[in-house]
Amino acid sequence: MAALGVATGGGNWFSALALGVTLLKCLLIPTYHSTDFEVHRNWLAITHSLPISQWYYEATSEWTLDYPPFFAWFEYALSHVAKYFDQEMLNVRNLNYCSSRTLLFQRFSVIFTDTLFVYAVHECCKCIDGKKAGRELTEKPKFILSVLLLWNFGLLIVDHIHFQYNGFLSGLMLLSIARLFQKRHMEGAFLFAVLLHFKHIYLYVAPAYGVYLLRSYCFTANKPDGSIRWNSFSFLRLISLGLIVFLVSALSLGPFLALNQLPQVFSRLFPFKRGLCHAYWAPNFWALYSALDKVLSVIGLELKFLDPSKIPKASMTSGLVQQFQHTVLPSVTPLATLICTLIAILPSIFCLWFKPQGPRGFLRCLILCALSSFMFGWHVHEKAILLAVLPMSLLSVGKAGDASIFLILTTTGHYSLFPLLFTAPELPIKILLMLLFTIYSISSLKTLFRKEKPLFNWMETFYLLGLGPLEVFCEFVFPFTSWKLKYPFIPLLLTSVYCAVGITYAWFKLYVSVLTDPPVGKTKKQ
Amino acid sequence: MEKCYLMTAVVLLGLTVRWTVSLNSYSANLCTSCRYLLPGAGKPPMFGDYEAQRHWQEITINLPIKQWYFNGSDNNLQYWGLDYPPLTAYHSLLCAYVAKFINPDWIALHTSRGYESQAHKLFMRATVLIADLLIYIPAVVLYCCCLKEISTKKKIANALCILLYPGLILIDYGHFQYNSVSLGFALWGVLGVSYDWDLLGSLAFCLAINYKQMELYHSLPFFCFLLGKCFKKGLKGKGFVLLIKLACTVVASFILCWLPFFTEREQTLQVLRRLFPVDRGLFEDKVANIWCTFSVFLKIRDILPHHIQLMISFCFTFLSLLPACIKLTLHPSPRGFRFTLVSCALSFFLFSFQVHEKSILLVSLPVCLVLREIPFMSTWFLLVSTFSMLPLLLKDELLMPSVVTVIAFFIACATSFSIFEKTSEEELQLKSFSISVRKYFPCFTFLPRIIQHLYVGLLLPWPLPRSTGSGSAGPAAMAHGPSRSAACGIFLDRGMNPCPLHQQADSQPLCHQGSPEGHSFDSETSNLFIFIFIIT
Repeated sequence: MAALGVATGGGNWFSALALGVTLLKCLLIPTYHSTDFEVHRNWLAITHSLPISQWYYEATSEWTLDYPPFFAWFEYALSHVAKYFDQEMLNVRNLNYCSSRTLLFQRFSVIFTDTLFVYAVHECCKCIDGKKAGRELTEKPKFILSVLLLWNFGLLIVDHIHFQYNGFLSGLMLLSIARLFQKRHMEGAFLFAVLLHFKHIYLYVAPAYGVYLLRSYCFTANKPDGSIRWNSFSFLRLISLGLIVFLVSALSLGPFLALNQLPQVFSRLFPFKRGLCHAYWAPNFWALYSALDKVLSVIGLELKFLDPSKIPKASMTSGLVQQFQHTVLPSVTPLATLICTLIAILPSIFCLWFKPQGPRGFLRCLILCALSSFMFGWHVHEKAILLAVLPMSLLSVGKAGDASIFLILTTTGHYSLFPLLFTAPELPIKILLMLLFTIYSISSLKTLFRKEKPLFNWMETFYLLGLGPLEVFCEFVFPFTSWKLKYPFIPLLLTSVYCAVGITYAWFKLYVSVLTDPPVGKTKKQ
Repeated sequence: MEKCYLMTAVVLLGLTVRWTVSLNSYSANLCTSCRYLLPGAGKPPMFGDYEAQRHWQEITINLPIKQWYFNGSDNNLQYWGLDYPPLTAYHSLLCAYVAKFINPDWIALHTSRGYESQAHKLFMRATVLIADLLIYIPAVVLYCCCLKEISTKKKIANALCILLYPGLILIDYGHFQYNSVSLGFALWGVLGVSYDWDLLGSLAFCLAINYKQMELYHSLPFFCFLLGKCFKKGLKGKGFVLLIKLACTVVASFILCWLPFFTEREQTLQVLRRLFPVDRGLFEDKVANIWCTFSVFLKIRDILPHHIQLMISFCFTFLSLLPACIKLTLHPSPRGFRFTLVSCALSFFLFSFQVHEKSILLVSLPVCLVLREIPFMSTWFLLVSTFSMLPLLLKDELLMPSVVTVIAFFIACATSFSIFEKTSEEELQLKSFSISVRKYFPCFTFLPRIIQHLYVGLLLPWPLPRSTGSGSAGPAAMAHGPSRSAACGIFLDRGMNPCPLHQQADSQPLCHQGSPEGHSFDSETSNLFIFIFIIT
């Protein structure tokens, strides 16, 4: 405790911020937790009590292990601490087990592993070049960035209320980004390879990594006009990169290859049998598409264009992950979403190859990859927006234009997480934390860029302000109306459609800014 | 105001912490304060303050106003009878109307006793949050915004520290009480009086007294400060007019609050009897005050007859109040006023009759107000005050939130005021005190060092549960040794020879008020150490 005093006494704001948010996380321990809590408890039990050959076959619980092997090993390591808390939680048959010690252990495991995230934020703060150092501490880009990352609303509610381990995974990603910024490419590549074997959702941003490392690391020099100099290719660098990725993959998948279980592992990792949209509609292109379909079908029924007997009964928002058929518009297949995603990603990749702008360009491409796959991906979780929000924070403190996009993206993205927490005691928490984060991010970035043009035009301001009435309607007005029983899905539908508009807009604006941005050489001349 | 958003963020953070603490358990199923023990075993548990507040809602909405404070077939005063002034009752009535709208079962006469459910807990917690948001938090924000001669950043840091004070949060949102209402009104009073809106200030303070009679701890400084102001303006001219105005405001606000009870003499007397139950003991089960500490050596409660206890405590309280109050009347200043508030509230807490451990909150509020001037000592005191309520909080199973909020508060204070760097005698505003002590003990030169050691000693035992007290008693016992001797010095100084203080007051008017209060800190902490480690 005294050491803690010494650490903070010297005006060390970073540790104060980190400790502060850690304490807030501790206060969130008694809050509601979702089924993900049981998912991770089950994985603890599987990895602890079964031999490795059973890990990806075990199916006592419906929450089977569907993360890559490193995450399984991570749970295995945790389980060796867990046994000192409560042996019972490590029993595979003990479904939905939740003693107070289990709760404490699981919550603390998230809080503790977040240390990696804190370290990554610290490294990220080092590598942003505050283009103008504010006079006061609270106006420095570094300070603002660390608040935006450490106190990120999405991470707080998804990890510490809803329950997941995104904190330390995002920490790995941010750390690898920071390493690329610091020109420690090999380390960055290694960290990202490790990350991929922790959670395969990061495959979405892998194209950005691959192209960037190939273009800016394997090619050691450019022509004066920024285009590629083919004879500068370094085979040594390519081979060492390949070796790193290969070794990490071998370490992760090797045991399962030896057991001849790879097909089973992959079938668990990529369950294409699930529906287009997750239980709640993630606010992406498909939400707009489905909403349009719904509107068209209602109009069609009213105008007698459609035959009611032919309309499939499955309701998209009934709350279960299920197959769904569109009524008017053509139904979407996994392949179609894959193609859409690839098409959406391609321009940013081309941009990264032909117009390399250093690590900053890479970061933009990474965000675009994450956002594009969020927009068009198959069975996207609304939580996946964090994949774009966190790296976007790094950009936001650099340029006014990016700050504006960041604010729209973050505010709508975070708002779309609201349906995750639907219990009454958590209602004030989510509203207060959201207000705290939104007000802080908007005001601090406005202060940072006060000398440039305003961050929002009237339309954006109007849109963002519209979130307030929407929340009031969904949480406070709707439950008291007679529609509640007849159309229980309306709040969810409104939320995801409204947020989808904002996120699509932010995605579009970011794309435009990336494609129209002059290359580095030109900006330097200007 | 460019930094408006930071203040908003601070308020939102304070609210978030409050609500997350309120997700924890409350004072239920345990006779937390053991005030009304029913005879005989096998009775249902007495519950805690949570049930008391719910019961008051039940009483106020179902019974006519005349029966509120009387024992009757529908109102068993033995079962959490109403023993707070009328404003509390009105507040309960207001909450009861809302409760009736949501779910009439919550406040049904007789049948709702001991009612507990998740929805009801949510409702009760929400009432606390709303009251806090309407009264206490605006007062804190306004107080910090009105502070002079410091940067905006410091103002915000100050607000953060005050809003994060763990004692109040834990008692209001954990244990369950509405302290923020009465303390908020008192703070509005302090604000009004300090910025020359005397009438509004005294009105606010009257509301505070009428919400909780415990606010009388603060009444003497208010009285002396306003009287001093009148004297200053000249009793024959403007001062007299002000005095009349003030008297009218106070009388009018009291009449307004008590109107329904003035219809009959018996009504008024009964309410007063309920408010001041002098037939209870000298102190409650575990209080960190002089009597409780002293009874470790000598069982005063059993030896002395009841009325003599009353007399002794009254005399001690009065004597310890006197110097600071006289000084304030002669030299009224907002700064002196705040320090006198601290020292008077502390005197009441240490010496007066029938003190409850939660009463420390009444001392903590003014200490929060002087946080900026003497950060080190105030932080120390505020931490100790929370620690002194630990037994209560442990009963309510609030160990986790207590530890977390205390650390958060400590970090907030440490980073905003860099308290560890300002520990010289001047910065602690203890110069005049140590000079006067050195007259009697020439070798008394190590005060700052003692304080620093004490600080470490104070922080060490925190995370340890009570059962391991023997393990942590070592360093703390070493630390409190010198502190106790310091405390003895103080009482010699104050009790026998108040004059030197007044002589110094001429040369160092500002430092003077700091010193008696500094004494009390030492005695307070040494009390606590003795108390905690002997009791546990």
